[in-house]
Amino acid sequence: MPTLPPKTTRAPSPPWTSLDVRADFPILYCGERPVVYLDNAATSQKPDAVIAVTTRYYKSMNANIHRGVYRLSVEATDAYESARTRTAAFIGARNPREVVFTRGCTEAINLVAMTWGLQNLKPGSRIVLTQMEHHSNIVPWQMVAARTGAKIEVTPVTADGELDIAAFERLVGQGAALVAVTHISNVLGTINPIAELTQIAHRHGALMLVDGAQSVAHMPVDVAALDCDFFTFSGHKMCGPTGIGALWARGELLDAMPPYQGGGDMISTVSFEGSTWNVVPHKFEAGTPDIAGAIGLGAAIDYLTRLNMSRVAEVEANLLSYAEKVLRTIPGLRIVGQARHKASVISFLLDGAHPHDIGTILDQEHIAIRTGHHCCQPLMDFYHIPATARASLAFYNTPEDIDALATGLRRVIEVFR
Amino acid sequence: MSDLRELYQQTIIDHNRKPRNFHPLTDADHHAKGHNPLCGDRLELYLKMDGDRIQDASFTGAGCAISTASASMMTEAIKGRTIQEAKSLFTKFHTLLTTPMHEPIDVDGLDKLEVFSGVREFPVRIKCATLAWHTLDAALKDDRSEAKTE
Ligand SMILES: Cc1ncc(COP(=O)(O)O)c(C=O)c1O
Repeated sequence: MPTLPPKTTRAPSPPWTSLDVRADFPILYCGERPVVYLDNAATSQKPDAVIAVTTRYYKSMNANIHRGVYRLSVEATDAYESARTRTAAFIGARNPREVVFTRGCTEAINLVAMTWGLQNLKPGSRIVLTQMEHHSNIVPWQMVAARTGAKIEVTPVTADGELDIAAFERLVGQGAALVAVTHISNVLGTINPIAELTQIAHRHGALMLVDGAQSVAHMPVDVAALDCDFFTFSGHKMCGPTGIGALWARGELLDAMPPYQGGGDMISTVSFEGSTWNVVPHKFEAGTPDIAGAIGLGAAIDYLTRLNMSRVAEVEANLLSYAEKVLRTIPGLRIVGQARHKASVISFLLDGAHPHDIGTILDQEHIAIRTGHHCCQPLMDFYHIPATARASLAFYNTPEDIDALATGLRRVIEVFR
Repeated sequence: MSDLRELYQQTIIDHNRKPRNFHPLTDADHHAKGHNPLCGDRLELYLKMDGDRIQDASFTGAGCAISTASASMMTEAIKGRTIQEAKSLFTKFHTLLTTPMHEPIDVDGLDKLEVFSGVREFPVRIKCATLAWHTLDAALKDDRSEAKTE
């Protein structure tokens, strides 16, 4: 067993380093040797604090919410609603009622497409997306376009992996109803200038949906400052459990949107003559939600808040520049995505070695990276590449993790020599 | 590392670097496309038949070392064989890839294809090794849709 570094009981106050917080993540130390986990864009690891809170919920608080008069149910309801309040505060939302819990980012986008989209899009309405969207911010719009006759326009990206803002403005200016853009690209790492894009969208009367799956865990997010209309994200990419995520939307929009699914909790009254809907956000949370998940997400948010998101961003920016420096010393390695504003996601290609082979060889060294199209086939097509290898870093990664990656990549070169 | 050398045997590395029969066949009478959605590997297979016999075979495309080497070695292995012989070779090849590590395998008739036995240790890579063979199946059936490993 690898020896555990000393445990941090409290999150260290800034400026902490990766080494100070690494021990909070038990999985990094659970095997025969530490795993070098570099697939944080797919999902993040979970700190003890989140695991403990989830377990405690099942051990001492489990009851259904919003329905019981007994103590356990009241406690569970309070914990669930308190998670909503903290989620709202974490992203700068004015009011917790603007936060709808979903299964994740994918469901949040589908919710908007199937409620706001079906209600407001008409034949000829335009939805502006970008070339760098994840499948989950493409396919729901294709589905809603097929049903409403709306048209999808795609904002091109540059060779470096930035959005072509002039083209964006042209597309939006042709009468867009909705713009849906990722905050950070899960392939290129590009941090898109959301506030600027929102201004353009609003100037032309379009609403702005931001896919925040990759941003919430890596930078401070303030939906009020971004001025967007919808913001979606997943708990599991921000140290929280799987199965929980959220949609934030302006209260007025949520009030006007029809329900997503029908069932318990989302109604006010039910009779066979007709039913009436509960208030927002409950209108969008039919059935028993992932109570443990929401509470776990609340704990993840507490954890990240203690770390301070500005410090998280700073630690990851330092790691990114170290990683790019080290990777540039690997012969035949090319980084895909060289935007000026970049998060700690590094997609790369290596001469003579296919990403899939790189992934297998690194796995033998206990290094976990992602290979493939990363749910971004249109982006792969745009760059005429079938796949990339991707190392995505989190604040608990260390410079040693990057050195291990570099050593692993030299191994790959050796195997294929 | 020993597992890696088992997987990436020299023959495989060599066929990946210099794939054989790696070109389109202008006079092909059978043709099919293969796609592994998981990793994005794509290949096109061309066959020229002489009655029931595969007279010539070639491929184009881009994929990982395992899928490229497998396609390259498959085209070599099936040339001159009847459809029935090619199909039973696929069955044997498939058995080779899916037999658990400690169990003995019947390598009779596999010849060079035996180098893929190391793939058994890497279950997620079996689809890479079989893509070309699924595409062969599609080509022989003259299936217009893309052969998929999923
Ligand atoms: C940019 C982006 N959007 C959306 C998603 C979908 O998130 P989830 O699968 O958690 O719903 C992901 C996750 O891979 C992502 O990276």
